[in-house]
Amino acid sequence: MTLPMERHVLVVFPHPDDEAFGVSGTIATYIKQGIPVTYACLTLGEMGRNLGNPPFATRETLPQVRKDELLASAKAMGVTDLRMMGLRDKTVEFEDDEKMVEMMQNLISDTNPSLVITFYPNYAVHPDHDATGRAMIRAVRRMPEEQRPTIYALAFSNDSKEVLGEPDIVHNIKEAAEQKMGSMRAHISQTAWMLEEMDKRLADGETEAENWLNFERFYTYDFSKDFE
Amino acid sequence: MELVQVERLQELLNNFANEDVYIHLETTNGAYAAHFNESVFNAGAFIRNVIIRYELGKIAGESPHRIGLKLPHGWVYAQGITHFELDEHGRLLMAGHDQTGKLAVALQISKTPFTY
Repeated sequence: MTLPMERHVLVVFPHPDDEAFGVSGTIATYIKQGIPVTYACLTLGEMGRNLGNPPFATRETLPQVRKDELLASAKAMGVTDLRMMGLRDKTVEFEDDEKMVEMMQNLISDTNPSLVITFYPNYAVHPDHDATGRAMIRAVRRMPEEQRPTIYALAFSNDSKEVLGEPDIVHNIKEAAEQKMGSMRAHISQTAWMLEEMDKRLADGETEAENWLNFERFYTYDFSKDFE
Repeated sequence: MELVQVERLQELLNNFANEDVYIHLETTNGAYAAHFNESVFNAGAFIRNVIIRYELGKIAGESPHRIGLKLPHGWVYAQGITHFELDEHGRLLMAGHDQTGKLAVALQISKTPFTY
């Protein structure tokens, strides 16, 4: 599938591996089409719980492990503009709201994106996800309407489909399946159990449409139905 | 990290007593606990780089162990500790990992601040 052309795509998530399951195929597809992609990752997932038993890392060595995984994931997707924003995992929502908006404004003014991909506030489960989406949507809302980038938002809370309906954007990313697997495998310290889950779901007769390697889905953010 | 050896860990706890030390303490059942099971009441706590001075540090119980630090005017404790390590920076790292390898609790003591 050829995706519509974009000037620049800005992807903003709080944790290394947030991109892996939901967006890495889309990112790789844009890059294959020659569209520049910037991936800004707010934290290094310092508070990740998957440390193994016996442990393969400690609370203090995990950030380096996950940084290396993030770099490997970026490589797998073909991302050359990866930005690590230096916040700490699980604290994003406690940062000053205005400072967060400024961070997003700076990313936007730096990259001049026609498309931003982030989480859908209130429907993204992890407080860091919601806080990231919130800050980005506030930043875009302040722009003159005609200059705003389109926002593709990811929602996966248990009530998201009930409230938001089905995602309106569906990307067939089969041709980037290899890159997507590369991204998912790059984050192996955190994704091992999800990869097992994927194999199990396939074995349990998951339909092609549901499979992570085939499709990625987004909601076009609609300011007429703003979250605040 | 390795499985807790009671005598060795007790020795290390003694080595950090009676001086100012930086503490990292967290308990968590994960940000997704209530997403996967809506009946879960999700609670946790986190402090990092708070300075304390304890007069007595003690390990108690069989694995998973409990660690208590008695302060002149209070207490710090953690339960569920399974693993420990004195890392290359001389920091005492203790953690409790469940059967699936997920961290459930961490208590760390250092003479220098932990990174951010």
